[in-house]
Amino acid sequence: MARSLVVIGASAGGLSALESLLNELGKNFSLPIVVTKHLASGDEEGLHKVLSKTSPMEVSIACDKQPMERNHVYLAPGGYHLQIEDKDTLSLSVDEQVCHSRPSVDVLFQSAADVFGKKLLGVVLTGANRDGAEGIKAIKQAGGVTVVQNPETSEVPIMPKSAISTGCVDYILDLNDIAICLKDLEFKLEK
Amino acid sequence: MTEPRETDQDFELKLLLTAVEEKYGYEFGSYARASLMRRVRRHMQMSGVEHISDLIPLFLHDESAFAAFVKDMSVVVTEMFRNPDFFKSLRENIVPILKTYPFIKVWHAGCASGQEAYSMAILLDEEGLLDRCQIYATDFNDQALRHAKTGIYPEEDMALYEENYRQAGGTKELSKYCHRGYDSVKFNGRLAEHITFANHNLVTDGVFGEMNLILCRNVLIYFNQDLQNRVLQLLFDSLCSRGILCIGKRENIQFSSIGDQLEVADRNQKIYRKKI
Repeated sequence: MARSLVVIGASAGGLSALESLLNELGKNFSLPIVVTKHLASGDEEGLHKVLSKTSPMEVSIACDKQPMERNHVYLAPGGYHLQIEDKDTLSLSVDEQVCHSRPSVDVLFQSAADVFGKKLLGVVLTGANRDGAEGIKAIKQAGGVTVVQNPETSEVPIMPKSAISTGCVDYILDLNDIAICLKDLEFKLEK
Repeated sequence: MTEPRETDQDFELKLLLTAVEEKYGYEFGSYARASLMRRVRRHMQMSGVEHISDLIPLFLHDESAFAAFVKDMSVVVTEMFRNPDFFKSLRENIVPILKTYPFIKVWHAGCASGQEAYSMAILLDEEGLLDRCQIYATDFNDQALRHAKTGIYPEEDMALYEENYRQAGGTKELSKYCHRGYDSVKFNGRLAEHITFANHNLVTDGVFGEMNLILCRNVLIYFNQDLQNRVLQLLFDSLCSRGILCIGKRENIQFSSIGDQLEVADRNQKIYRKKI
C-alpha cells in the first residue's frame, strides 16, 4: 500500500502532455498515479492504447473497486467519474456531469483530498475548461501539494489558468520540470 | 493503539448515518464512501452548514430535508438505450438465447426514471418477444418510479435517444414508439403493459422471482465491497438456471463470491451467464 498518491487532471492537449510527463517520470517512479482526462464514453480505449505504448509504467483503465498498486497508472473511463475510495481502492460513479464533464477532475481531486490529505500531489495540465480549479482548492485545504502546468507553455492555457486563479497553487512549471518536481516530492511524501 | 485514530470527518459521518438509520431505517453505512461524501458535502452546502454533524439535527427534525437527501442518494442519470453497444450486444448475443424460452422474465434493478426499461421493451418488441415477456423494473426511489410509470420524457432528449437507438441496432425510428405533445414525448402504453414498476431496495429486500435476464448496470458502484457481494448474491439467487446477468461496463464480479459461478457471455459489455 502506498502512503501517498499522485492525481493528474488534463483536457484538450492532454494526450501529448501525459505521454511526455509519464515518459519523463520513468519506470522507477513508485507512487500510484490516477489520471482523469476529459473524454467521451468509449474513447478511453484509444487513450489507453497510446499511453500503454509510451509509458514506462503499467497503464490500466480503472474499474470500480480496483486496488491501486505502485508503479501503475490508472485512467478514468469515459462516462464515469473516477474517485479515490480509500487508501487502497478506486471507485466509479455516474453522478451528473461536473463542468460539463464526466469524468471530472474536480471529482477525482476532491475525493483524493478526503482520503490522502497532505500525502497527495495534484497536477493540472493543459485544457480548455475550468474543471480542476475546485479540486486544486480542496487539495490545498487538506494540506496536499499542488502543481500546475505553465499556461504559457500549455497547448491550451485555460485549465491551468483557472487553477492558478484560485491562489492555491504551489508550483507553476513547464512539463519537463513537473516530472523533476514529482520525483523530488515522491521521497519527501513517503517519509 | 495499532489502528490510526479516525478523522473527525469519519467520526461525524458515522454519527450521521447512525442517526439516519435509527430514525428512518435507511442503511447508508455500506454505501461507497467517495460517492456518499459527495452527497453529504452537497447537502452541507445547500443547508449552509459547516460540519457533517450539523446535518444530524436537520435530518432528524426536518423530514423534507431528509427526503431530499434520500432522493439524492438514488442516482437518476439514465437515457434511452444508454451505452448503445451494450444494447447491440443484447440484441445480437442474448436475444437468440431468450428466443428459446416460452416465457421471459426480465428484472431491471435500479431502473430510476425508467428509460432503459422502455428501451428493453422496444428491443424485445422488434425481436418478436414482447408478447411473451414480463419486465420488472424496480428502484427504491418512489419519485423516480412515479415518473417511470408515466413514460413521459422531455422532447429535447429525443435527438440523443434516437442516436442511441440507431447505434444500438434499432431498425425503425424511435419516434414510432411514442407520441409528442407539450414539449414531451410519451411512450406507447403497449410497451408499459409489459413492464411492472415496483419499489424494491437492493440493500434491504430479497429475491422476488426467478428471472431469465437481470440488468443491474452502474448501481453496484454506489455500494462498498461487502454490500456489492451481498447484492450480487441476491441477483445471482434471482436468476433461473442458465440465466443472464448484465452489470455496468466498468463494474466487475471478480472480487465477489459468485465470480466463479458465472461464465462470460460478452466480456467487453460485462454480460454473464449462470453456469450449469
